[in-house]
Amino acid sequence: MHKLVRSIALTVNGVPIAVAPGTTVAAAVAIAGAGTRMSVSGEVRAPLCGMGICFECRVTIDGVPHQRSCQILCQPGFRVTTAGEALRP
Amino acid sequence: MSAAFDAVVAGAGIVGAACARELASRGLKTLVVDADVVGGGATAAGMGHIVAMDDSPAQLALTSYSQRLWRELAAELPDDAEFEPCGTLWVAADEEEMEEVRRKQRVYASAGLATEVLSSDMLAREEPHLRPLAGALLVPSDGVLYPPCAAGYLLREALRMGARLETSKRVVSAIAGRVRFDDGSEVHTGSIVNACGADSPRLTPGLPIRKRRGHLVITDRYPGIVHHQLVELGYLKSAHSIATDSVAFNVQPRRTGQLLIGSSREFGAENAELNRALLGAMITRAREYLPEIGDLQAIRVWTGFRAATPDKLPLIGPWPEDETVYLATGHEGLGITTSLATAKLLGSTMLGGKSEIDATPYLPSRYAPHSSAKEDGAELQTPVSHHA
Repeated sequence: MHKLVRSIALTVNGVPIAVAPGTTVAAAVAIAGAGTRMSVSGEVRAPLCGMGICFECRVTIDGVPHQRSCQILCQPGFRVTTAGEALRP
Repeated sequence: MSAAFDAVVAGAGIVGAACARELASRGLKTLVVDADVVGGGATAAGMGHIVAMDDSPAQLALTSYSQRLWRELAAELPDDAEFEPCGTLWVAADEEEMEEVRRKQRVYASAGLATEVLSSDMLAREEPHLRPLAGALLVPSDGVLYPPCAAGYLLREALRMGARLETSKRVVSAIAGRVRFDDGSEVHTGSIVNACGADSPRLTPGLPIRKRRGHLVITDRYPGIVHHQLVELGYLKSAHSIATDSVAFNVQPRRTGQLLIGSSREFGAENAELNRALLGAMITRAREYLPEIGDLQAIRVWTGFRAATPDKLPLIGPWPEDETVYLATGHEGLGITTSLATAKLLGSTMLGGKSEIDATPYLPSRYAPHSSAKEDGAELQTPVSHHA
C-alpha cells in the first residue's frame, strides 16, 4: 500500500503542520482543525463544494486574502491564515 | 360593480413599496401585486446610492427632497437596510473638471445643499487609494443603502398599515379600473398605480420608456479601501449622447467592506446576460481611477434594467389616457433615491393636498398622445450621467 509522505511544511494560523504532496490548502486547514472564512454575521464557515464554486473555503495565503483554498495545492512555507476560529473544541 | 380596492399597485420594487406605504397611510384600501421576488427587479440592480443630482432643476428638486426624506427615515430603517451617510465625492481628473466642481457647488447651494470643494491634496487624504486627481466635490448629505431590504421595510410598513400583498399571480392587464391576472381572475379598483419600472409599458401601452441595461460588480470584503461613494465627473468630456453605450467610474463602499462597482448604460439590450466588452470597459475605467481594484476578487456580476424616459425625469401622477391609471415609473438610475418623494407626489396628485415640491415637471401628461403639454417637455435633452 502506498504510504503518504508528509513532506510539505506550512503553517495554519501560525501552527506548523506537514502534509503530503498534492494536498489542497483546504485539506491542510481541515487537518489543522480550523474553519475557513467568517460570515458577515460572525459564523465560522468551512468548505462545502470542494470545487471552487461555493467560495466558503476562502482563506488568506501569504498575506493575499480571499483565496479559494480548495483549488490551491500546498507549497512549502505557505503561511495560511483563516478568519474562522478552530472548529474543534 | 363596486371596487374591491381603492388602489392596486402593480410592482413591488422600491417605488411600488413606497407608494403602497404612502397610500395605505392615507387610508386607502391598497393591494400590491408582484409575481416576482419583492425588490428583485431594478431595485436589486441599483447601487442604492442616495444622491442629489443636478442634470435639470426638476431633477435636483426631486432628488434633494428625496434625500431629505431618507435622512428623516434613517433612524427607523432596519439594520439590514444598511443605511450609511457616507457622502458622495464627485472626483475631477483635471482643471476643466474642477470648473464643473465649482459650478456644481453653486447649483447645489441654490437648492440649499451644503457641499465642500476638495483640493487634490485634500482628496488624497480622504481617499488615498485613488490615483492623483485634481480634486473633488464632497456632498456630505448623500448616502448609500441596500435597496432590496429598504424596499422590504417599506412594504412591511404598508402591510402593517393595512395594505395587502399578492405574489402568486402575474398581472396581465391593468386598465379601466380592472386588474386581470394570469389565472383568469380579476379585481376591480378605484385606481391602478403602474410601478413596474422598465416593464411598465406592458401594462400601460404608449409610455415613452426604454430599457437601459446596467452592469454591477461586487467584490469580496476589503475594508477601508474607499470611504465615500466615488463618482467621476468625466462624463462631461466624453460627450456621449443619450443614444450611446457608455461606462463611468462609480464605486461604493458597502458596510461589509465589499466594493460595489458600476456603471454601464446600454440601450437595445433585452436580456440579462453580460456584455463582456462593456463590462471590461467598465472595469478598465474603474482601474484608471482606483488602480488597485484590478487586484481585488469579484464575487458576483449581474445586470438590471433602468426605465429610461427621453427627458430623464420620472412619470409620477395620473395618465391622461385612462382616468383610473396613475404612474410611478421611469426613474432610470434614480429610483432608489427618489422612491420616497415619488410616493409623496403620487399621494398628492391622487388624493389632493399640497406637495412640498412642484409636481408639474414629473406629470405623465407631458407625454400623453392626446395632451397639449407634450411639446413642452418631450424634446428636452440633457447630459448623460452615471447612476446605477
